[in-house]
Amino acid sequence: MSLKLRALLKSPWVFHLATGSCNNCDIEVLDCLTPRFDIERFGMLLAPSIKHADILLVTGSCNRKSAIRLERLYKQAPQPCLVVAIGECSMSRGMFIHSYNCPLPLDKIVPVSAYIPGCPPKPEAIIAGAVTLIQTIKGTL
Amino acid sequence: MAKSVIPIGPFHPLQEEPEFFTLTVDGEMVVDIDVAIGYNHRGIEKLSEMKTFDQSTFLIERICGICSTSHPFAYTRAVEDIIPVEVPERAKYIRTIIAEGERIHSHLLWLALAGHFLGYNTVYMWVWKLREEILDVMEILSGNRNNYAMFKPGGVRRDIKAEDIPVVAKKIDSIIPTVNRLKKAILDDPVLHARLKGIGILTKEEALDYCALGPTSRASGVAKDVRKDAPYGAYDQVEWDMIVTENGDVWDKAVIRILETYESIKIVKHCLTNLPDGEIDLNIKDIPPGEGIGAHEAPRGETFHYVRSDGTNRPARHKVRAPTFMNLPTCKATVPGYTVSDATIILAAIDPCYCCTERVAVVDTKGKQMYNAQDLIRLSQEKTQSLKRKMGIK
Repeated sequence: MSLKLRALLKSPWVFHLATGSCNNCDIEVLDCLTPRFDIERFGMLLAPSIKHADILLVTGSCNRKSAIRLERLYKQAPQPCLVVAIGECSMSRGMFIHSYNCPLPLDKIVPVSAYIPGCPPKPEAIIAGAVTLIQTIKGTL
Repeated sequence: MAKSVIPIGPFHPLQEEPEFFTLTVDGEMVVDIDVAIGYNHRGIEKLSEMKTFDQSTFLIERICGICSTSHPFAYTRAVEDIIPVEVPERAKYIRTIIAEGERIHSHLLWLALAGHFLGYNTVYMWVWKLREEILDVMEILSGNRNNYAMFKPGGVRRDIKAEDIPVVAKKIDSIIPTVNRLKKAILDDPVLHARLKGIGILTKEEALDYCALGPTSRASGVAKDVRKDAPYGAYDQVEWDMIVTENGDVWDKAVIRILETYESIKIVKHCLTNLPDGEIDLNIKDIPPGEGIGAHEAPRGETFHYVRSDGTNRPARHKVRAPTFMNLPTCKATVPGYTVSDATIILAAIDPCYCCTERVAVVDTKGKQMYNAQDLIRLSQEKTQSLKRKMGIK
């Protein structure tokens, strides 16, 4: 593992992007940052801009308007940037799969490293997903 | 002096949801505001027509995560209005308990975010911790923290177990001291008084003109609440007060939400102790042709659903009108005239929920030629090509 990657894994900063979600996943992401779950224990912080972030958390079924913006945002991200799909909508579009406004699933737009299922996933699931992702990259899983 | 434009969004760290604000400013002063939405549109009304009446409840729940009871409440009332039927007493009480639990957590969430916007991050963290207790209560009652899936046309999907009631009542009692402390900390803070009083005023006339709903209208002295005006559920069997204030500023909107939390706690406790016995579901099989309307006082105001049935097992038309759709335009009246630093909290004061409000703009192209970005690039490249051909350059 390169030195850069090892340093980044110590404290991965996350950027949260709602691409047409119902708010639930976004609130559970915020829940992770607040006292009861406190994901900062693992060095994770919410970054104000994608240019400062190492992980892009995507919630929601990408709709026509936000899909192009998501693509643009991903291109602005400094590499390596991992994408984590949070919730059923960003995994498979869930019950919005037949919607006229959700043409593509997330992994057809940007490469996705981890999926966290649930509608919405519980904060415990989000933390477990994040820890699993870090362990996979480290090769300690 | 030249006016400048401040774009906020659509993906801004300040915002939970994507929306795009354009503030036109003259120095520090906001002179005009515009909002563009559509980044969250998922076509729920159309999807609802593809699903059966029962399945639609799950879809409607996912219009918005914070209002995940308000929409099914209004939708099931609309479907019951088609037949028409009255749901059993016990179902009414269970519906009321879930709806008020949602109001408590929604108002607490607003308080937390307002604290964050004002630079009181302690309030943000405190309230968020407190809110977890309510989510625990909802998890005990329904099995999930956010999407409760308790509603179905004709009743409720699952019962509240007798052994859960004391646990839930104790948990709800346990949050009251913390809410008291928060209320004191917020209402007695001279800085917050100075910061919030007299900004973002929505007068009574403006509230009526814009058809503002919920806490936004009640803060301006318009006593409007579906729970009182046209009682449904168990709201007419419980003693509770409608909170109305007169000033219409951000402070009053905050006070209303804090005091409404107490009223909701009162309603939940009353319903839990007086839960009647009996059936919880009517087991409706067929929906006759016809149309029905349903309304529910969501945490942000009146949610309104219209459902038309053509005798099949799917809605022929389903129309949703969320409270933010009416409350959002009031920013035209409240934001201009205040500084950029006040704009954030004034916009947040209506407790906007864009997921509920999302609309899509349809452009009629009949007889007109429409070019999107790719078309324009193609036209430009074709012109270069034709010029090259004319000049004989390959």
